Order: sequence, then structure tokens, then C-alpha cells
Amino acid sequence: MSELHLPWLELCVLLPLIGSLVAFRYREPSEAHTVGVGFSLATFFLATGAWFDFIYMRASVAEDKFHIMTRLLGREFFQLDEISAPLLPLGALLFALVIIATVRSKARRFSFFWTLLSEAIVLATFSCKEPWLIISLLTLATLPPFFEMRARGRATGMYVFYMAIFIVFMILGWGIVMIEERSTKHVHTLYAILPLLAAVLIRSGVFPFHSWVPDFFDKSSFGTALLFVTPLTGVYAAVRLVLPVAPDWVMRSLGLMSLFTAVYAGGMTLVQTEGRRLFSFLFMSHAAVILVGLEMATVQGLTGALCTWISVSLSLTGFGLAMRAVEARRGRLQLTSYQGLYEQMPLLAVCFLLTGIAGVGFPGTMGYVGSELLIDGAVATYPLVGIAVVIASALCGIAVLHVYFLLFTGARHISSISLRMGRREKVALLTLVVILFAGGIVPQLNIASRHHAAEELLNHRGIDIVNARPPWLQDGTAGPAPIRPAHRAAKGR
Amino acid sequence: MPTEEQIFRALGLIVVAAPLLLTIIMGLLTLASTPLGERASSRLCQLSTVIGLLASLGILGCMLAWGPRNVTVNLGEWVAVHEFHFSVKFIFDRLSVPFAILIFVLCGVIGGFATRYMHREPGYNRFFVLFSVFMLGMIITSLAGTIETLFTGWELVGVSSALLVAFFHERAAPVRNGLRVWIVYRVSDAALLTASVVMHHLHGHGDFQEFLGVGNGVSWPAGQVIGLDAQSTLLVGLLLLIAAAGKSALVPFSGWLPRAMEGPTPSSAVFYGALSVHLGAYLLLRISPLLDDSLALSLAVMTIGLVTAGFASFAGRVQTDIKSALSFASLTQVGLIVAEIGVGYFWEPLRYVALVHILGHACFRTLQFIRAPSLLYDYGTLENAIGSRLPAAGRGAWLPSATRTWLYRLALEKGYLDAWLGMLFVDPILGLLRLCDALERRWSGLFEGDPEQPAPVARPSSTIVAEAPPAKTLAGQLLEKSR
Repeated sequence: MSELHLPWLELCVLLPLIGSLVAFRYREPSEAHTVGVGFSLATFFLATGAWFDFIYMRASVAEDKFHIMTRLLGREFFQLDEISAPLLPLGALLFALVIIATVRSKARRFSFFWTLLSEAIVLATFSCKEPWLIISLLTLATLPPFFEMRARGRATGMYVFYMAIFIVFMILGWGIVMIEERSTKHVHTLYAILPLLAAVLIRSGVFPFHSWVPDFFDKSSFGTALLFVTPLTGVYAAVRLVLPVAPDWVMRSLGLMSLFTAVYAGGMTLVQTEGRRLFSFLFMSHAAVILVGLEMATVQGLTGALCTWISVSLSLTGFGLAMRAVEARRGRLQLTSYQGLYEQMPLLAVCFLLTGIAGVGFPGTMGYVGSELLIDGAVATYPLVGIAVVIASALCGIAVLHVYFLLFTGARHISSISLRMGRREKVALLTLVVILFAGGIVPQLNIASRHHAAEELLNHRGIDIVNARPPWLQDGTAGPAPIRPAHRAAKGR
Repeated sequence: MPTEEQIFRALGLIVVAAPLLLTIIMGLLTLASTPLGERASSRLCQLSTVIGLLASLGILGCMLAWGPRNVTVNLGEWVAVHEFHFSVKFIFDRLSVPFAILIFVLCGVIGGFATRYMHREPGYNRFFVLFSVFMLGMIITSLAGTIETLFTGWELVGVSSALLVAFFHERAAPVRNGLRVWIVYRVSDAALLTASVVMHHLHGHGDFQEFLGVGNGVSWPAGQVIGLDAQSTLLVGLLLLIAAAGKSALVPFSGWLPRAMEGPTPSSAVFYGALSVHLGAYLLLRISPLLDDSLALSLAVMTIGLVTAGFASFAGRVQTDIKSALSFASLTQVGLIVAEIGVGYFWEPLRYVALVHILGHACFRTLQFIRAPSLLYDYGTLENAIGSRLPAAGRGAWLPSATRTWLYRLALEKGYLDAWLGMLFVDPILGLLRLCDALERRWSGLFEGDPEQPAPVARPSSTIVAEAPPAKTLAGQLLEKSR
């Protein structure tokens, strides 16, 4: 296996961990904020270094240099591959920008200790392929939001209920997978697959396991909620835990449920009267579209899903940060009357709109080609699926402009104090806008990288990529080759 | 000495780059919170428009001088991963070149008009940013050589139009109308995107030239659809017809056009009265080989055109404000243009008639729209000149009074089209969604021992000076019958 030039991955996990301990020592929010910004930025640069190093090496899988973990624990747990390589800087960037954009009024209620700890957990999750470790990290990741909600005195009943089921199903499912592999069974039974599938559906907020998402957004601080959902770790769990072992009918079920969720959540955004609730449904719709793409047997469908993953993470974070900035000035957002805030915060309004439409794959933004690929792949597999994805996208687009109009237009708002964006918020939001548009204008790099990752995933599932081509490239066949279950799925895990 | 091909390529790039650079410069400066001043914005717009226009005229001149009727400027593969190719390609032919020239001429005229009309308006910079996005979208759409490129322009036109309708955004009515326009455009976009994907699925690419069999000596309106059976042709054609109907406000999507008049006069004049309202018809002209391949499709196009013309003529007669009356007059002509395109199945030269109709109508209507703000002054001058009142229209006096009243109300309410759409499609769906939302809230409430979750109350940190009416729900807005 290839070796990176530095122990990037270990440093990426270690640094926010140390940062969280340092932040814990500071009671003054402004000091903790400075610590948070410093450590999260340093982590982002390390994660970007790891990504560039990986690209430079042209390897399919790479490990850290020096093998510190092997010396300490006897085994190298962290690895970088085509799928996770860009996710590492992506995750680090999201954390860094949310921390940077935290204004003073929010800093008292936003725990930098828990946030940096969460960052370490998320980056560790993206750096590892070991299923049990992923399960442990996903379990650990549920704790910081819980403690934060408890500290704020908010009810945690629903969150605990859903997350407990999520954790139990993950452990149960993978436990059975392990038992079945020991007994040399080639095809995993429903007892193994269904709990894993249910766990992924819960974490990704797929109907009917989604109710915790709006509730969580309501109870938790907006920043924490954003960072819990926007890296899309539920999708990562699907890629690492379900995709390699699930037979094609399970993937189809996942696809169908996700498809319904994409349209349902897209529709639900139209009737929401609270900002956070609207955001949660927007997230669910986008996440579900990515899960639909994962179910595709075609390379382009899967490539589209992986591209959309990155663009959705970035755009939703931007949209959420813009919404959080408005909240910081106006309190919880009620979408029942026009607020007319444009004149008070024009740049924020522009960023809000741009990140919102970027999320629905607007031309010129990063998500556009990804969405095209995803829909194309969907149509190649099942034509109606493609149309449903288009409908979901149209509904989300309507919701974005609707909420933009409600918040920023329709009335004249005069304030005795300046409501304009602060420098930190500007940096965070403009960074996201620039990345989204740069990725949209020059999409080839991202698409090519995700294409390799998609091929790797399909190979992993035992799909013949040559035959899994669109119909116009096939001779006498009506559709792509059916997915064959990966009998050798967990070999060597 | 540059070759013909190099000259065409250079001119073609200038045509697209001029509005693109304008959009980039104005967009970046706005994002950097350092917008250009009024004079600089105006000069930049004029410069961009003039450069684009001269390059378009240059292409036209070269085409006439050297003979080629179909010039392709291929910018290469924007994205290429094994099976998927996303190429950026622009076509200059008998259809696109006149349309591009029309766009530059009208945008130039309106840009100049808006410089004075919008003088010292608080949203001056916003107007010109949206103006540049609109012009870019129109140019990309008109010159697009692939359906993906066309979709890019189509979306740019959509979002800039919706925001321009809501330009006077401190009032609720323009915003509501902007949202309505956006909703119709999203339906249209969804149809176009689906058509694009279906084309990709059936053909492996979205290239118009390969799809419609033009190029290599064959140029618009000739061409023949290659590799599609009758059903697929009909499917793709119907999807494109829905897309065109949404963009050109054809029946049943006509309700948005009078609403779009909420925007400032320069934008309503050029965008809805003259250019974007013709975009659907332009799309139908672009895919005319597809129409030639299917009688059913051509008949559908013809029918929808005639119905729209009849409806718009009927509704336009009772409008009480000049911009609404002009918008319906515009729609009547668009309906006729669409009908001409449909009838082109039987006699191909009608496609040229439709193109000329678009060009003439767009110019004429622009003039009418920009004169609209001074209409009362014009009437006054006219009446002073003739020394008496202008004669009042008195048609339909032979009808019974009750029938006349009924017809009048029907026309005034624009045939209740919006209400019907709302009642049949929007209301049931939103009602169901609201029910689901209520059930979800009850389920959430169970975990807190309180099935009815009260909505949190906003803590206003500042005040809304102009009393804002409560925002209508989406259903309310969609069901709203009149402006």
C-alpha cells in the first residue's frame, strides 16, 4: 500500500482533539472562539495537504507515513482512498467555516469544545474504512449534540430514541455480517442487511425514519445541527457499511425510499413556517437524492451522486450559515410574514440566494454537472426515477426562492443598529460561494476524481463496469447490467 | 492571414464573451461590496452590448460574404468522463444569428433607456447585475448547440426574470408575482431538463446538430431527426413544448405574463414583452426538424398557439392598465407565432415567417412598452391635437347584457386559468403536505408529552417600518386570482 509523505491523517484527527482540550480550558467565549478558529484552520490545512499528497501520489489507497498507529496499536486504522480523499478537507472546511462564522451573540451558546471534538470524530470517520471503527465513531459522533442539548435544557427524547435505534441497528447488522462471514456464507441474510439499511436510513433522515431531523434542528444550536448533518456521514455509512454487502434488491429499496423522501421532503419545504424546519427538510431532500444516486448501477449515476455529495455539503452549509446569520440578528425565523431585510443586509441576501440555488444544481455552480450526471444515470437505470429527481430539484428551487423572498423582501425594515454581515461571516460565506462557483466553472477535476471513486465503488460491489454502460453504448441490451451482490464483500476487513 | 474558420471562431467567442465578462465583472464587484457607480455601470453595459452586436453583425456579414449557413464554434469538452460528454458548443445559423442580433439591439436600447429611467433608484446596481445575467442567459440560449448549454442559458433567464419582477421588493405584490413567475419557470425548467436527460438517454448526447441532423451542408430549418422512433420523438417534443409553453406564457401558463409587469418598465419591456416571451417560440423553431417528424406534435403546437392567441386577445381587451394590455397583446402575437411554427409542418417557409414575426414583433413591442409610462401624456397630446376626446370602443353591444357582464368578468379574471391550476393541482398537493406536516408535529410532540407543539416566537431586534401584510402561504399566492 502507498504511503503518504507525512502522517497527515493522524495529525488531522489529533489536532482538533488537542484543540478541544485547549478550548475546554477557556471559559470566556471570545478566547474559546479564537482557539477554535486557530485549530480548525490548522486542521483544514492539514486535511488539504493530505488530499493534495494523495492526488500527487496517484494511488488508489494510501496510509500515513511512520505508521505510528501500527507501533502503538498494532494496526493501521486510518487510510485514504478515492472516496474519502476529498471528504477529509471538505469536512475540515465545513467545521472551520462554521466556527469562523460564529458571531459573539452565538458564541456563548455554541460549545467550541464539543465542536472540535466532533470535528476530530468526523475526520477520523472519513479517514477509516474499518467497519467496526466507523460504527464506533458514528456512535461517538452522536454524543456531543446530546450533551449540548442537555446543557441547553432542551428535550432530548426524540434524538435519543432515534440515535439509540441507529446505534443498535448498526452494531446488530454488522455483528451478523461478521458471524455470517465466519460461517463462509456468500450471500448475507436479511437479518444482517436490514438493520444496517435501517441505520443508514435513520442517520440520513430518510422517510419514515426522518422525524428526528426537524426536531434536532429545533432543539440544538444551529451550528451544531449544521455540522452534524452537512458532512453527510449517513451517506458515508451507506457507502462503507451497506454498499459492499447489500444485494441489488436492498439497494433498490434504499433507492426507492430515498426517491420518495427526495420528493416528499422537497414538497414539505413548501409548507414550512419555521426557518430551521425548512432547512431540515431541504437537507433531507438533498441527502436522499445522493442516496438515490448511490443505488445506480451506472458509473455516471454514481459519479453524479458523489459529486452532488460535495456540492450539497458546501451549499447547505452556506445556506445554513446565511440562515444562522439572519437568526443571530432576528431570532428564530418565522416564515409567516415578509421581513424585508435586504436593504439591511444586501450581501447576506445575495449569499443566501447563491448558496440556496447552488444546492439545487443551478447552472454554473458545482452541483450542476453532478445533478446532470445523477439524473442521467437515473434515467439510464429507471426513467421515472430521473423524472422524480427533477421534480425534487424543482420543488427545492421553489422553496429556496420562496424563503429568500420572505426573509429579505416584501417589506421595508429599518433598524437602529447595523445588521450587515460581520467580517467573519463574510469570510465564511464568500469562501463557500467562491468554491461553489469555481467548482461549477471548472468541474472537470472534481468530476474526474469522483468518477474514479465511482469505478472503485462499483468494482467493490462486483459490478462489471464495461457492461454497466448506458443503453446507447450497448449492443442489443435494453439497460445496464444488473448489480451482482458482492460475495466477497468484506474480505480482509 | 487568419482563415475563415479562425475568424468565425474569434467572432463567435466575442459574442458570448462580451455578456459573460459583463456579468462576471458586475457580479464580482457586487460580491466584493464595491459596486460600480451609475455612469460606470451604464458605460460597461453599453460597451459589452456594442461589442457583442458588432461581433454578431460581423458573423452575419462573413456568412453572407463567404457562403456558409451553419457555423459551429466548439469550445471543447467542458466535462468528459468516459461515457459522459458535456460539450460547450455554439451554433451560428439563419435562426440564431438574427436572434442574437435582436437580443443585443434590444438590450442595448433598453440599457440606454434604463440608465435614465433607473437614475438614482436604490436598486440601480442590482438592476444592471440582473440585466447582465439576463442578457448572458438570452445569448447562451439563442446560440446553444447542445441542450445542456441551452438549459444553462434558460435557467439564467429564469432566475434573473423572477428577481427582476420582484425588483421593487419593499412591497409584497411584486414579490408574490416574482415567486409566481419563478414557479412557472421551474415547471418549464423541469420539463426542459427531463427532455435533455431523455435525449441523452436515447442518443448518448444532447448535441442539436447530431440530434436534428443539421450541419455538413444542411442548415436550419432543414434537417431530419436521427435515431428516434415516433414515440420517443413525441415524448421529447412534448417535453420541449411544455418547456416552451412555460417560458412563452402559452396556455395554461399564461397567468404569469401580466404579473411580470410588476417589474420596472425597462425590464418588463425588453424581458417579458419582447425577448423572453419569445424564447419558447425560439426553442420550437430550433427543434423544428423534430416537429417535421411528427404530425401529432405539430398539431399540438399549432393548437396551443391558436388557443393562446384567442385567449390573450380575449383577456387583453378588458385590461385596465397599459402594461397588462400590452402584455396580452404581446401574448396574442406569440400565440400566432407558435401557431405558424406548428403549421410549418405543412409548408416549411412558414418557419421563416415565424422568425421574421418574432423579430418584427419584438422591436415593435419594445417601442410600445418603453412609451407606456408616458401614455397618458401621449393621449393628452393627441386629444389636444384633434380637439376632442378619443372615441371609446363599443364592441359587443349586440350581446345580451348578462352575457356581456359574464364575458367581461371572464376576461378580467384571465379565464380563471390560475384559479383552475391552483384548484386542480396546487391546492390538493399543498393540503396533503400540510396534513403530513401536522402529523409529523404531533409525532414529535409525543416525545415531549405534548402532542401540540407551539411554534417558537420570533424575537424582533428591530422593527419593520412599512407595515408588511402577512405573507400569503404558497397556496394562497398560487390561488390568488388577480394582481
